[in-house]
Amino acid sequence: MPSFVITDKCDGCKGQDKTACLYICPNDLMALDAEKMKAYNREPAMCWECYNCVKICPQQAIDVRGYADFMPLGSSCVPLRGSEDIMWTVKFRDGNVKRFKFPIRTTPEGTAPPDGGFGFGPGSLDDQLLGTEPASLKADELWTLGK
Amino acid sequence: MQEFPTREVSTDILIIGGGMAASGAAVEAAYWAKKHGQKVTLVDKAAFDRSGAVAMGLSAINQYVGDNSPVDYLSYVQQDLMGLCRQDLVMDIARHVNSSVHMFEGFGLPIWKDAEGKYVHEGRWQLMINGESYKLILAEAAKNAMATLGEDGEIIERVFVTQLLLDENDKDRIAGAVGINVRDPYEFYVFKCKVALVAAGGAVHVFRPRSTGEGLGRAWYPPWQSGSSSALMQMVGAEMTSQEVIFIPARFKDAYGPVGAWFLLFKATATSASGTNYMAEGLQEGGELHNWLPYGAVKPIPTCLRNHLMMREMYVNGDGPILMHTDKAIEKIASESPDEKTKKKKLKELEAEAWEDFLDMTISQAMLWASKNIYPEQGPSEIAPSEPYFIGSHSGASGAWCSGPEDLQTDESKSEYFWGYNRMSTIKGLFAAGDGVGDSSHKFSSGSFTEGRIAAKAAVKYCVENPDMPKVSEAKVSELKKTTYAPLQVYEDHKDYSVRDEHVGYTYSEEINPNYIDPKMLMFRIQKIMDEYAAGWGSQYNCSATTLNIALEYLRYCKEDLTKVAARDIHELMRYWENVHRLNIAEAHVRHKLFREETRWPGYYYRSDFSKIDEEGWGNVFANSKYDPEKDEWEMIKRPNIRFVKIEKVVGM
Repeated sequence: MPSFVITDKCDGCKGQDKTACLYICPNDLMALDAEKMKAYNREPAMCWECYNCVKICPQQAIDVRGYADFMPLGSSCVPLRGSEDIMWTVKFRDGNVKRFKFPIRTTPEGTAPPDGGFGFGPGSLDDQLLGTEPASLKADELWTLGK
Repeated sequence: MQEFPTREVSTDILIIGGGMAASGAAVEAAYWAKKHGQKVTLVDKAAFDRSGAVAMGLSAINQYVGDNSPVDYLSYVQQDLMGLCRQDLVMDIARHVNSSVHMFEGFGLPIWKDAEGKYVHEGRWQLMINGESYKLILAEAAKNAMATLGEDGEIIERVFVTQLLLDENDKDRIAGAVGINVRDPYEFYVFKCKVALVAAGGAVHVFRPRSTGEGLGRAWYPPWQSGSSSALMQMVGAEMTSQEVIFIPARFKDAYGPVGAWFLLFKATATSASGTNYMAEGLQEGGELHNWLPYGAVKPIPTCLRNHLMMREMYVNGDGPILMHTDKAIEKIASESPDEKTKKKKLKELEAEAWEDFLDMTISQAMLWASKNIYPEQGPSEIAPSEPYFIGSHSGASGAWCSGPEDLQTDESKSEYFWGYNRMSTIKGLFAAGDGVGDSSHKFSSGSFTEGRIAAKAAVKYCVENPDMPKVSEAKVSELKKTTYAPLQVYEDHKDYSVRDEHVGYTYSEEINPNYIDPKMLMFRIQKIMDEYAAGWGSQYNCSATTLNIALEYLRYCKEDLTKVAARDIHELMRYWENVHRLNIAEAHVRHKLFREETRWPGYYYRSDFSKIDEEGWGNVFANSKYDPEKDEWEMIKRPNIRFVKIEKVVGM
């Protein structure tokens, strides 16, 4: 299948500036039926089950049914991704359910500093130091042969 | 056929790709470009937040050198690749990679720490992370870096670069690239630049995957990796290297979930079905590994040799499947707890760690275990070797032949490995990073980001020292625009085909038409040829000069048939060009396999007509190639493998 749109829940992101799943899919699989304002996976056999469409959907309108080739039916993995962590509900074929919560980042969204907090300098185009080095190496100098 | 508007973008540095290496390139290029007044443009075929191999996330950083020396890391890489790696490139990444990892932490990536605040290692070089948002966080830092350039920094998403452009007057100099916007308004993009930095990933789906139904997409490396890095460079005549060095990961069967944490962190063992510990047996005196000296007798056992031992159990002894004893590993760790309470807590921790390992990077594996009611503490799980992938950043080596750093050389190596700008290919102004650079293995995510940084700094230096803009031939651009969209025209011309005059305008099925095939069928044809004649899983990874020559003949038909591939829309047009890239990679790969008359990486592929390792001969050379696009001819080249750093002791995992 693998990712599929629950059409009752999908509104094609009509209130937003872009359709979220179309925007994010790394393999350009999600398409929008503009007449019905419903998204769909147009090439399910090229889906990596990366869940990026599932995680980003504001309506929680996308789910995954495991690859038919090798997965018996009945299991599911459902994520709920927040700004600091992600919650997973894993349902087994036998009905057992496991829940996990993992952190996803330590800085507020959008704030990742390009220098990683180390500052830039003192290198020049003629040496081997990268922008944030040597501070980001947490060493006094960059290694070279004979050292 | 619809008319497509042309959008021209003039820039100094064009970064092609959006994964780990491209993110590193953007962060670094932005800093140096701002200082030196250069413009940077990044073009990504997907959305930058979630493009590339780490789109789903990752549960470990596989290259962190820590307090070890770059020579230690080199010893491990050289051993793992059976002696073939560019020492200058490997040590260069190793000396910078700590810096990148520390920056990741500053960006906001959660890296596991112990009670003393030290990184938790999975193995000597590997760090455990909470990596669900790994790529997104790095892309965010890259976007913030690009934003500092104001109008001189642009990120263009959803444009697939199909071909590079050379200078009109100098065929050894880059001048730009063309590509298609797969979103409305569907422009034809013409990039004009001084530097193109190619970081567009490795290749999947060149070989037939093991799952061919819905599971086609569940390759270990993502299915959108169409070999663009190597193909783009190779198609304009850049010298390529080690295109024969494929990578076959052995992972949990079918969903390809990671085994690193199980092997390294939880110390699980793998055996054949009847319980043979084939790795221990192979290492013993007189064991199979001693047929692959000097590498077979030294630990850690190279990745290909671990595969080789596994394949012997499966295909020679018929003692499959191979089992990872997750239950025993968990039992052992639990048994080391002093009391019941600690044991319970430990088991709970282990369970979360094991499932996070999957949920952070291979969600399908969690789904697969849940679908088969597999509880790792209750019994073993199958592992298996996958289909072959092109991934120069991992335990493969394919990519472009690039200049190394100036300082990590001897006089001898400098004359072969250095030509002015670090990570520049043999085409002036054409740089590469990540899966695009050959013989620079084991860089993984952190090292790819690092290599992007190294290449980007050198690229800015190149721009400053070569300030004149290359010339793009307008006639060539018009010609490329026509060929780029040709598959849409093929469809328009033939979609109304009918076998009988009375039914003109009526087609039974769009897919079945005597005048064309669709891009997916082209891919399937390439996959079948490669699987059966070029050592895919279907031939149990065996090939010979005979089968490789058959592959070349059949690939030639594919090449001729490219003018008969139809695309119904822009999405399919992108698929067409992805498969053109795959076809180019496939041909290079077969030619390289044919050229190297030995079996150096058993477990990746076997030359049945040259079934032994030839250390005296082929151990001293890299197999390189150069394609001449004007003559459609290939030149095969041997380049010396100069091991100027003597490895006293191999430092393990």
